Amino acid sequence: MRIYIPADSSARSVGADQVAARISELPYAEIVRNGSRGLAWLEPLLEVETEQGRIAYGPVRVSDIDSLISADFAHGGPHPLRLGNIEEHAWFAAQDRVTFARVGLIDPLSLDDFRAHGGYAGLSKALALSGEEIVAEVTASGLRGRGGAGFPAGIKWRTVLGAAGSEKYVACNADEGDSGTFADRMLMEGDPFTLIEGMTIAALAVGATQGVIYVRSEYPAAISTLRAAIATANLNGWLGDDIQGSGRSFDIEVRSGAGAYICGEETSMLESLEGKRGQVRAKPPLPALKGLYGKPTVINNVLTLASVPMVLADGAAAYQARGVERSRGTQVFQLAGNIKHGGILELPFGVPLRQLVEGFGGGTRSGRPIGAVQVGGPLGAYFGADQLDLITDYEAMLAAGGMLGHGGIVVFDDTVDHLQQARFAMEFCAIESCGKCTPCRIGSTRGVETIDKIIAGQDVDTNRVLLDDLCELMTDGSLCALGGLTPLPVRSALKLAGV
Amino acid sequence: MTFDAWSEELAAAVLEPCQGDETMVLVALQTLQERFGFVPAEGVPLVARLCNVSRADVHGVLSFYHELRTSPPAGRMVRVCRAEACQAVGARDIERAFADAGHPVGSHSESLSVEAVYCFGNCALGPTVEVDGTLHGYCTEEIVAEALR
Repeated sequence: MRIYIPADSSARSVGADQVAARISELPYAEIVRNGSRGLAWLEPLLEVETEQGRIAYGPVRVSDIDSLISADFAHGGPHPLRLGNIEEHAWFAAQDRVTFARVGLIDPLSLDDFRAHGGYAGLSKALALSGEEIVAEVTASGLRGRGGAGFPAGIKWRTVLGAAGSEKYVACNADEGDSGTFADRMLMEGDPFTLIEGMTIAALAVGATQGVIYVRSEYPAAISTLRAAIATANLNGWLGDDIQGSGRSFDIEVRSGAGAYICGEETSMLESLEGKRGQVRAKPPLPALKGLYGKPTVINNVLTLASVPMVLADGAAAYQARGVERSRGTQVFQLAGNIKHGGILELPFGVPLRQLVEGFGGGTRSGRPIGAVQVGGPLGAYFGADQLDLITDYEAMLAAGGMLGHGGIVVFDDTVDHLQQARFAMEFCAIESCGKCTPCRIGSTRGVETIDKIIAGQDVDTNRVLLDDLCELMTDGSLCALGGLTPLPVRSALKLAGV
Repeated sequence: MTFDAWSEELAAAVLEPCQGDETMVLVALQTLQERFGFVPAEGVPLVARLCNVSRADVHGVLSFYHELRTSPPAGRMVRVCRAEACQAVGARDIERAFADAGHPVGSHSESLSVEAVYCFGNCALGPTVEVDGTLHGYCTEEIVAEALR
């Protein structure tokens, strides 16, 4: 009897391992540790393979197992925790799973399972194409960088393809440090071969032979899962020399970060990969021309690279057909914080924020009214409950004074202290600043002090002007997005505080 | 987690893959910490020599990354998420509970270290605390009490 119990870190944080240990005592249980289906509030979510398909139960605690056994859950028997086929669950059925199509569905480390569900279809097509043709396909898909900046992937790849030199790299940015984001982690833990496939396609497109994935150290399970998947891909001729008899070669190495948020900034990541302090580099030169070890380098986020296999497999038109305006394809939203139904939502661009946090999310976990919603991580703006009709695409978020970032949405209830959130944004910048440029290094510290004075009611009007001036300086004068965007959450939170 | 006592020979052996490669300074320091629990002072000149960089360069890397330690780890390592998604569900209360027990975030004693982490990627099930490498979502007072025991 096949029983799926997620090995996803989030599911494990609420007892999935204990549930798996207890279930494994059943003589008929054949346990598969899959990724998470993304309905986080239902974790640990257990699925049993029955004649009626996969039947889910959740959230399952160890104390529920005896009653599940009595209810004959192994054959899909009725039980208060029975959820039926999870793919028919309203939360899941309304989604358009493209990048996340296999996450939670398959055994993450089974190459057979991966291939049985469409894995390597994209790479198989890419192997028959020239670099120019692959780049043209990715460009036509409209795929933009999912890490936060939203830069068109095809244009970046074309720059690397056109760069002189035979030694080129593909660097995957898996330093997912934004609070409220966990999609990269879930994909790496739940479907690592998709990322490997995407990176291999990128390598074919630009003529790179070496890849590296920079994973933050807070994600140890992602690191070990990726390493195991890379070893399997190598053994089966999907990585290494002469991939599937094509004569093309590509290797991938996994590197661990060491607890520095700034290393998610691409040039800082390159410094870290070169063994140095993770200090931001000035641009130009672009990493596409002078990146890792000074060589042309494709740097993309996990979700960007993991979206590429589908673009190749189903064609650019199928991907481009999703979304709105200049935001094409799907966005993997992450509902987090004080939210009743948190998790992963993959939807075409263009969904109003309200539908995400009130519709899918079901409002706050505490049951209180929404007080603020921060979109796009610690450098994203805070929006008030009256701003939920905003459309979540790149341009609309920018126009509203925020940014979509990596798609993380953190909900707060009405007990939120907006001034404290503004202070934290400055404090976080001070803690994580790499120190290279003055506006960020010193500005953030002065920012915390100035907000403290405002909180204490000291010369509020004067300090408010001073803070605005400081925010402007940080925006205009910082070398990278950390100092440059910190004013977004600061100013928007102050606005919500009415200061 | 158990760690080896410092030995120059053992250190040189585990750093073999970093030999002569200046891009491996961070990996070398991470390797030492994995093996010995922290980066002992003797590790700095060793890494400098092996990777062919100055001691100042090694120290620069060592002092940049929040996770690299220069003193032995405590008997129990607690890491509390301080980022926004966990703040929204009471991370500040968790922080206060540790502080009230005499172990504020950032404090280190022989028995217990409490460190801040900015996001474990468990943002839908916060507040999140990690105790000796095990992640706990929906962190409750009981989990804090257990960690303090």
